[in-house]
Amino acid sequence: MEKIYSRSDVLLDANMGYCPGCLHGVIAKIVAEVIEELGIRDDTIAVLPIGCGALISSVLDTDAIIALHGRAPAVATGLKRTATEKFIFAYQGDGDLASIGLAEIMHAANRGENFPVLFVNNGIFGMTGGQMAPTTLIGQKATTAKSGRTPLEGYPMHMCEIISTLKAPVYIERCSLDSPQHILAAKKAIKKAFMNEIEGKGFSFIELLSNCPTNWSMSPQKSLEYMREHTIAEFPLGVYRDETAKED
Amino acid sequence: MSKLFMKGNEAIAEAAVRAGCRFFAGYPITPQNEIPEYLSKRLPEVGGAFVQGESELASINMVIGAAFGGTRAMTSSSGPGLSLKSEGLSTLAAAGFPAVVVNVMRGGPGTGSISGAQMDYLQATKGGGHGGFKLLVFAPSTVQEAVDLVYEAFDKSWEYMNPCLILADGFIGSIMEPVELPPFKEAKRQEFPVYTTRFFTDKPGRRMCATMIVNEAEQEQWNRVQAQRYERIAQNEVRAEEYMLDDAEYVIAAYGTSARVAKSAVRMLREKGIKAGLIRPITLWPFPYQCFKKLNEKQVKDILCLELSIPPQLIEDIKIGIEGRIPITAYGRSAGMIFTAEEVTEQVEKLVGKNK
Ligand SMILES: Cc1ncc(C[n+]2csc(CCOP(=O)(O)OP(=O)(O)O)c2C)c(N)n1
Repeated sequence: MEKIYSRSDVLLDANMGYCPGCLHGVIAKIVAEVIEELGIRDDTIAVLPIGCGALISSVLDTDAIIALHGRAPAVATGLKRTATEKFIFAYQGDGDLASIGLAEIMHAANRGENFPVLFVNNGIFGMTGGQMAPTTLIGQKATTAKSGRTPLEGYPMHMCEIISTLKAPVYIERCSLDSPQHILAAKKAIKKAFMNEIEGKGFSFIELLSNCPTNWSMSPQKSLEYMREHTIAEFPLGVYRDETAKED
Repeated sequence: MSKLFMKGNEAIAEAAVRAGCRFFAGYPITPQNEIPEYLSKRLPEVGGAFVQGESELASINMVIGAAFGGTRAMTSSSGPGLSLKSEGLSTLAAAGFPAVVVNVMRGGPGTGSISGAQMDYLQATKGGGHGGFKLLVFAPSTVQEAVDLVYEAFDKSWEYMNPCLILADGFIGSIMEPVELPPFKEAKRQEFPVYTTRFFTDKPGRRMCATMIVNEAEQEQWNRVQAQRYERIAQNEVRAEEYMLDDAEYVIAAYGTSARVAKSAVRMLREKGIKAGLIRPITLWPFPYQCFKKLNEKQVKDILCLELSIPPQLIEDIKIGIEGRIPITAYGRSAGMIFTAEEVTEQVEKLVGKNK
C-alpha cells in the first residue's frame, strides 16, 4: 500500500504529556510540519513558555529553550539579535503572554523583532490547574472565579487587536483550532509567519484559539462546541494586519 | 601602554567590549547610566547588539537568550533593578549559562537614594534570588581594578559556566581615574553544550535548555553537579588584598570604595604609631575566610568592619572567619554619605582607647 501521510520527521515519537483532547498537541504537529516543509529544522530554536506549551519540548525535534514565565519574547530578542542566522520562534500561553509577560510581548512587537510569536489562547491557566486568565470569557468559570468571571476581574483581553495598535508588526492573524478546516488555516498562517522571519520582514503574531477540556471541565467534544459558540464569538477570527500582502 | 582618563562606568563598558562582550541589554537606573549609554554607541561599532530593555526583567532575559546563542553578554543595573533581575540570575545559574552582571550599588532598601552606597552585599553573596544559587562576585575598589575584573569576569564565567557579578558602587561608577585598557579579545560566538539537554533527549547535537526539571531525581542530580561547580569556584577563585597585616593590632575589613578610604586611614594610623592593617576582599563570593581565620588573637585586638551600609552586612562573613576569637566592631555610613579617612582613623583610635 502506498503511504500518503505520516508523522512529521520533526516530531519525536515520544509522550507529549498533554491531557486527552488538548489542542496544544495539534499545534506541535502543525509547527513540526511547517518546520519540515521549510527545511529549517537544523536552524530552529524554539523559545517556549512556562505553561503547558513548554511540554512541546518533549516532542519537537529542534533546539529549544524554555524561558521564564512571560519572558519568551525577551529571550527570543537576545537570541535573534545575536544568532541572526538561526530561525527563532516564540510560543506562549495566555497567562504567560497576556498577564505576566504583557510588557515583553508589547515591546518585542513594538520593536518589530524579526521572529514570530505563536500565542495559544485557551482562556485559562492550564498548567497551574484552571485559574482565571486575562482571556477568560465573562461568565466562564475558573478556580479563582468560581461562579464565572465578572467585569470586576476585567474583560477578556484581545491581543491581536491590542498588538494591531502598534506600527511595527507586519503580520497579525487570529486562527482557531476547533475544526480541521480551521487547523489548516492556522497552519497556513504559521507558515506565512515563519516565512516572514526567513525573508527578514519582521514581527508576526499568530493567535491560536484553543481549548482546555480538563480545566474547562468538559469532554473534548464539548470543549470544541464551547469554542465555536463562545470563544470565537468573543475573539473574531481573521487577518488583523498583513503588510507582506501589500509588498507581494 | 598608554593610559586614558576614564569614568568608572564607561571604563567598565569598554572593558566588557574588549573582553568580547557583543550583547548588552539594560534599563536606565542611576548611578550606572553611563554603561548602557556608552554601549548603545560602542557595541554597534564592533558588530555587537545593544537593546534598551523595557525593564530589568526583560533585559536579563534578553541576556539569557544571547548567552544561549553563545554570545558574550552583559547587563547592568543598581539595587532595585538587581532585585527585578533576581529570577533571571537564578535562571542563568540554574541553566549553567555564562554572563556578566554589573551592580553599581546605590542607597537602599526600597528605591533608596541614587548616590553610591554598599547596600547589596547580602543580596550579592547569599544568593539574591531563589533556589540557593551562587554568583562569582568581584568587588573592585579602583577604576583600573574594575576594568581588570570585568575583563576577567567574562573568562571566568565561561570557565565555570556560571554567571559573574561585578559588585561596584556609585563612587567607582562615577569617579574618573587613569586606566590602562586591556587588548581586544576575539569575539567569537561559541555554542556550548547545555547540561539540561540530557533530561529531554539523547540526540547528539540537540541543545535544550530548561530550568524547569519536573523529574525529582534529575533535578537532584543537577543540583549535585552545581554544588560541585561551587566547590571548585570556592577552591580556586578566592581573592583578597592584605595590607600591613604582619604586625597589625587593629585590622580594618572593607571592600570596594570603603577599602580605598580604609587604606588611607591605615597609613594615617601608622604615622600616629598605631599598628593598623587592612583586609580587602576582592571576591565577595567565594569569601576570603582564610584571611580572617589566620589572624592571631594574641596580636590583633580589634577588627573594624567598615562599610557604606547601615546596618552592616559584610560583618556576617567576618564573624564566620573569626569564629568569636577577636572582637568585631562595625562602622558604617550609607545612602551616599561617605566616611573620610580622618573619621575612620577616629573610629580605630576609639578601639585603641577601649583596649588601654
Ligand atoms: C514567576 C512565575 N509565576 C508563576 C508561575 C506558575 N505558573 C506556571 S504555568 C502558569 C500559567 C500558565 O498559563 P498559560 O500561560 O495560560 O498557559 P497554559 O498552561 O494554559 O497553556 C503559572 C502561573 C511560574 N512558573 N513562574
